Order: sequence, then structure tokens, then C-alpha cells
Amino acid sequence: MASYTLPPKPKNSLYKKVKRIVITLLVIALYVWTFTSIDIDWQNAMDRFVQNYNVLIPMLFSPDWSATGEVALKMLETIFIAFAGSLMAAVLAIPLSFMAANNMMGGKIAATVGKWILSAVRAFPDIILAILFVVAVGPNAFAGVLAIAIGSTGMLGKMFSEIIESIDMQVVEAMQANGANKIQILFYAVMPQVIPEFLSYAIYRFEVDIRASSILGIVGAGGIGTMVMFASQNREWNEMGTILLGIIIVVTIIDFTSARIRKKIV
Amino acid sequence: MTKEKKTIDSKLSIYPAKTKKQITIIFAAVLGMYLFSMFWTQRDMAGGFGGALGNMYRVIEKFFPPNFAVLPALVDPIAETIHMAIIATTIATILTVPLAILSAQNVTTFKPLYYLTRTFLNLLRTIPDLVLAVIFVGLFGIGVFPGILALAVFSLGILAKLIGETIESVDMNPMEAMRASGGNVFQVIWYALIPQILPQFTSFVLYVFEINIRASVVLGYVGAGGIGLILNQQLGFYNYPNAMAVIIVIFVVVIAIEYVSNKIREALI
Repeated sequence: MASYTLPPKPKNSLYKKVKRIVITLLVIALYVWTFTSIDIDWQNAMDRFVQNYNVLIPMLFSPDWSATGEVALKMLETIFIAFAGSLMAAVLAIPLSFMAANNMMGGKIAATVGKWILSAVRAFPDIILAILFVVAVGPNAFAGVLAIAIGSTGMLGKMFSEIIESIDMQVVEAMQANGANKIQILFYAVMPQVIPEFLSYAIYRFEVDIRASSILGIVGAGGIGTMVMFASQNREWNEMGTILLGIIIVVTIIDFTSARIRKKIV
Repeated sequence: MTKEKKTIDSKLSIYPAKTKKQITIIFAAVLGMYLFSMFWTQRDMAGGFGGALGNMYRVIEKFFPPNFAVLPALVDPIAETIHMAIIATTIATILTVPLAILSAQNVTTFKPLYYLTRTFLNLLRTIPDLVLAVIFVGLFGIGVFPGILALAVFSLGILAKLIGETIESVDMNPMEAMRASGGNVFQVIWYALIPQILPQFTSFVLYVFEINIRASVVLGYVGAGGIGLILNQQLGFYNYPNAMAVIIVIFVVVIAIEYVSNKIREALI
């Protein structure tokens, strides 16, 4: 039994140990801060729960079929918002991504500036963009389109620029050596390498945007969110059941289709 | 010379005619759908696109300069938002472990259980955070608690899927070796699986935390606590400079948290 000896354990340096202790302390401090300052009114929440449970849950699961037409129309609007928004974003993201990629356009300054623009755009939550656009163009679906377009540009631009940075540069060099000009290099060396992945990410973004545009209605930017707001304010949980069903069906179909298309492209 | 070259070029394309036709049809369909979407979304907009753009500048101007005098009053709501995100992420992280393991094909060899978990997670992910928040506010009344629940359920769907996929892509050899030398299911998971996925696991948890911070802005709108509530109030009073201050605070907090979590993630992977 004793003849087996385990290999010696790797020694932890002092630096690593101290780092680990500091991180643990920080996490504990974060949790202490959280749990001491958050105030949850348990009594109220439980009272409400007992009071509402028997009303809300059964109603949610017995959808109001008379609202089907309206839900379908609003769901269609949600799809339109997401489609127009993500297509706009895909087009806007292309020049920005070429600017932000390290291996294009030369110059580190352009890449840094491009990356900064993209991350600044990305930091705005969609809903805040929607608020700004609702104030600017009025409470309609077009505000939603603009919010989705700007919101997705940040993310897509980042993805696109990463794709451009990962292309095979030897093809570009070979074309340069053969005396091709910039436009020819763009069309024959860069584009064929990036287009399938660009399309794949754009379609994926459309999936995400369907989800995003379904909530924009709470600030008045059109789509199914408008109905969610009204149904919850009037406590019409039957209608909410129909809406939920509509969202689940549409999102599932679009996820499934887009996954198949993406598999085919890449 | 050049003329001859041109004729060859135009006759011999590298793409077959069928592909060209297909691409043209798809392109036309996408363009048609886009134009129709633009028409549909703008149909009840007063003044049309041109009018809106002109209007935009005038209205955006109202937001400036932001009124930073309200900053001290924003400290509590933003702290509440962060607290909500921390608690929700913690709950989701704990719940995600069994779900992620059950939704990984290579660990859960019992097929019906795998399909059941997969379907459940897919269903969970289709529900937008707003709808969850509205339902929980309906159940538990206005407050922080329904917000935390909504965020936890919402992030559970994302996290379990990401981690389930990570588990599916691990190296199976250490697990087989453990099993061959007589390790039971829990030993295999603890010694062979967890060390492999821990860095990605932590990285995804941080990513979901970022998502939760953004999502909690939405929650305030339906009465589920956090900074969104203040933003909604200020916009409701048409107090645009105050609203702009709130927006800038959210922007700064989101950027700061993203920066920190990016640094941690870079250190991990």
C-alpha cells in the first residue's frame, strides 16, 4: 500500500496565494454589501403571491384565442422591425468593421478609433436607444427599427472585425505581389473569405433582434411589447397567455430556420 | 489583346449560372422584405422619414445639457440594480449546474432526460425578460423580488445553454480514464469535468452578469426595481435633462462593469 507515492503537488508561489486570498475577500465583501443593503419585502411578496397565484397562473395557461389575430399582426410587426433593423445594422457594420480590423486600411490609429466607436455603441442598452428614438421620431415602429439598427451595429461590427482579422493574409500578399490594386484585393482576396461568416453572424443577429424587438414596445417603439404592456396594466392574463404563446412559436421557428441556414452557409 | 481578354472574362465566370440565379432570387427576396418592412414600420409615422430626421435634432437637443445635480439621488437605485444583478446571477449560476450537465449529450447518456432538458431550456430562452418581469410583478407585486426572479430565470436559460455546449466540447479522455479506474459519476464530474470547464464557466457567468445589468434597466419600467424606474419617471415628467443624466450614469456603469469583467475574463482564459 505504502509503496505508492504520489507525485509532488505543484507549489503555489506567494504571489498566487495572496492573489487568491484578495479575490476571495473581494467576492465575500461584494456579497456582504449586496445582502446587507438589498431590502426585499418578503411579507408583502408572499401575501401578494397567495392572493394572485390562483388567479394568474390558471389564466396564463388558458389563452384568450379571440386575441389571436391582433397578436399575429403585432408579432409580424416585431419580425419586420427586427428584419429591417438587423439588415441596416449589417450594412452599417461593414465599413466600421473594416476600419476597426487591425489588418485592413493600414494604420493602428484607424483601428483603435474604430474599436472605440464600436464599443461605445455597444454599451448602450437597446431599450435606452429606443427611448431616445421614440422621443426623436415619435412612438412608432420605426423608432424600434432605428434602435435595433444602432444597437446591433456595435455587436456586428465587433464580430465582423474579428472575422476580418482572422483571414488568411497570404492570399492578400500574393495578390499584392501580382500587382493587384486595392479594389481587386478587396473583391478577390478578402470578400470570398469573409462573406460566409458575415452572413452567418448577420442571420444570428436577426435571431437576437427578434427577442430584442419584442420588448421595445414598453417604451412605445412598436411590436408585441406594446400588447404586453397593455395586457399587464389591465391584468388580462388570458391575453398574456396568447402573447406568450405567439412569442414562443415565432422565436422557435426563427431560431430553427436560422440555425439550418447558418449550417448550410458555413 | 485587351479586347480578347475581356471577352474571355465575360464568358467564363467562376460561378455556375444556377448559383447566380439562386443568389439573385435570394437577394431580391431580402430586398423586397426590407422595403416592405420599412414601409410597414413607417406607415403610421407623421411627416415621413425626412420629417423625422429633421425633428430628431431638435428633440435630442432638449436632452442637453444633462442635469448632473441629480447624481447623488441616483447612487441608491444604481446600487440596487447592481445588487439585483448579483443575486440573480448567483441564483442562476447555482441552478445552471445540474441543468447544464443534464443538457450535455456526452455526460447525460440517458437520451429522454437529455431531450427533456434541452426542450425545457429552449422554451425558457424564448421568453423575453420583459414578459417574465411582467408576470412576476403580477404575482409578487411591485418590488425588487420579482425583478430578481425575472433576471434569474432569464439568465438561467442563456447560461445553461452556453455551459451545456462547453461541456459537450470537452476532452472525453480524462473522463473515460476516471471511469475505467473505477470512479463513480460524481467523482468523474468533480475530477475530470470541472477542471476542464471552470475557466469558461467563470467567463460565461461574468458575461451573463453583464447581460443582467443591461436587462435590469428594462425591469424598472414594469415596476421591478432598479434604475429603470427612475428613468421612466423622469421621462414621464418630460424632464429630459434629468433623464439624460440617468442615461449617462447607466452608460458609465455598463462600460465600467464590462471593462472589469473583460479584464477578469482575459486573465482566466
